[in-house]
Amino acid sequence: MYVAVKGGERAIDNAHAFLAEERRGDPAIPDLSVAQIRAQMTLAVNRVMAEGSLYDPDLAALAIKQARGDLIEAIFLIRAYRTTLPRIGHSRPVDTGAMACIRRISATFKDAPGGQILGPTFDYTHRLLDFKLAAEGEAPQAPTGAGLADKMPRITDFLNREGLIQDEPPGEDTPPDMTRAPMEYPAGRALRLQALTRGDEGFVLGMAYSTQRGYGRNHPFVGELRIGTVTVEMDIPELGFAIEIGEITLTECETVNQFMGSKTEPPQFTRGYGLVFGQTERKAISMALVDRALRWKELGEENEGAPAQDEEFVLSHADNIQATGFLEHIKLPHYVDFQSELELIRKVRGAAQAAARKEAAK
Amino acid sequence: MKADAMSGGFADAPIEAAHGFRAILGALSCPGAIVTVAGAAPPPPLSPAAGLAALVLFDGTTPVCLTGAHDSAAVRDWIGFHTGAPLVGPGQAMFALGDWVSLQPVTRFAIGTPEYPDRAATLIVEMDSLDNSGALLRGPGIGGTVRLSLPDIAAFQANRALFPLGFDTFLTCGGRLAGVPRSTIVEAG
Amino acid sequence: MSITPALDRPQALGLLARAPADRLTALFPDLPPHETLRAPEVGAVMVRGRQGGTGAPFNLGEMSVTRCSVRLPCGTAGHGYVQGRDKDHARRAAVLDALLQTSAADQLHASVLAILAADEAERRAARAARAGATKVEFFTMVRGEDQ
Repeated sequence: MYVAVKGGERAIDNAHAFLAEERRGDPAIPDLSVAQIRAQMTLAVNRVMAEGSLYDPDLAALAIKQARGDLIEAIFLIRAYRTTLPRIGHSRPVDTGAMACIRRISATFKDAPGGQILGPTFDYTHRLLDFKLAAEGEAPQAPTGAGLADKMPRITDFLNREGLIQDEPPGEDTPPDMTRAPMEYPAGRALRLQALTRGDEGFVLGMAYSTQRGYGRNHPFVGELRIGTVTVEMDIPELGFAIEIGEITLTECETVNQFMGSKTEPPQFTRGYGLVFGQTERKAISMALVDRALRWKELGEENEGAPAQDEEFVLSHADNIQATGFLEHIKLPHYVDFQSELELIRKVRGAAQAAARKEAAK
Repeated sequence: MKADAMSGGFADAPIEAAHGFRAILGALSCPGAIVTVAGAAPPPPLSPAAGLAALVLFDGTTPVCLTGAHDSAAVRDWIGFHTGAPLVGPGQAMFALGDWVSLQPVTRFAIGTPEYPDRAATLIVEMDSLDNSGALLRGPGIGGTVRLSLPDIAAFQANRALFPLGFDTFLTCGGRLAGVPRSTIVEAG
Repeated sequence: MSITPALDRPQALGLLARAPADRLTALFPDLPPHETLRAPEVGAVMVRGRQGGTGAPFNLGEMSVTRCSVRLPCGTAGHGYVQGRDKDHARRAAVLDALLQTSAADQLHASVLAILAADEAERRAARAARAGATKVEFFTMVRGEDQ
């Protein structure tokens, strides 16, 4: 039961003012600009765009500043903002095969055509704190090499040629959109991928890790991980043709999973797929593992009852804004329903004590 | 697309859309009340009132069915440019727009489902005349009764019998419109 | 009436959409008189991907886009769709789209589009060159049993 509680207005105003002052921190230290966050906290900006489900680095950087670096709060701000935007339309499906890659690696083929491009990765850093960064004014320059091919071939295409990997069925159907219609189960792969790409990184990572530890094991290899920019094309009715409306950075992960065959499918490799806004490779790999785990039914696999195989469980708990909304609301005033709980406990206790006294008097 | 199709929209979209939406909301919550609206200058035979309803209610996620003379290149282009609404057949339509005769049979349009009664169509019926005479309307939003020149009585009675399912209706004529939601009880006057 | 064959209308619109707004303003600061058909509007476009990279589409997430439509006194209409939320950028793109369909096209191609295209090519080449420097060159060790 929810009852309006009056009288907190001045306290709330002052709390907002206190929050603003705390956000700014010590005024002797220079103010952090949105441009600085956008340019130097890029991976935080990327996470906010991916889970906020809106590609707009300026807004994501502003949200991070406003949220004092609390990324889930920043994602909440982005989600709230995006509901105010009119939907102009939808893009043509982006062509990740034509991605201008800054990173592209394969864990399955050393000599992958196009090469292994490490890109700006943490992978081979020693994870030792770099105290040089504490000094200001550094502007390192990366060495340059020969440019890359415009179009990197897909690793899975090589397996495909031999028929060793399950085919990706083509289609042009309008995909369902969970932001427009309530989720209904079974959801289908298009909806699952939409829910996973905007899902909480920690949750999707945890689910993916659970499959590696044996809860719905699916033997994944990273067939290919690529990060780079793709252009976004959209059909414009008043023009009568499609134009590029922008360019976005994406991370794509294709896993190749060992599969011994089922009643309906021959032994072959199967795929898991992750595609996420921004440079977000932990999330994209996690997404691919969870996508693969959720495909047990269409591949005729056994349901082991693992959490990552349970579509309704995964999809209804992946969204951190839904989760935090429901979780955090319990700290808001519940005075009246708690009063009724209090009465109930007093009554039951009273009855129990009376019974005990009666028993003792016997 | 002809350049004509690109004029006649809102000059000041946030303000005019808000006023338009408020007027339409008022019309639907006070069935039978005739409200005057402004802001849209659509190509004929689309009336300014129906054009306003289109600008305010249609977007890329609301499939629209145009019937009769309203299913013309000029109207299609105008709605396409200003609202982005996809044009579809009667079964998939969230909105249907035409005169009463061309909309027949109105049973073609979605009435929602028990789980999602909101998945019903809204009909925008272009009228030659619209005044407070004829059929007697009662029900939510009406203080007592009100008369409205409905194009048909039996069809609205049949629709009311489906409640809480059923389509909702706007009647438009020139720059004026009235709402007849599915909750309204209709009697021959 | 046609713009230079090097860049057709969709390509020009794409270039205008991706150009940094301040760069475009610097290259083409003053807008000629025009009528607004659709005032600049900030909205969202649902970006789609493909399942497995090549399969059926799914909804990936939205991006912010601003669009605007204008008409020149000569009657030529222009449309701008640009990434982000900059209304001036969208209007400038729409006006340029209209002008690029007039006799001003050749001159604008040289003074605006060619420069934007060069900027973009330079930006892309710089990224690709840095990525190229991180390409792994494997040394294969000769192992005993292979001899």
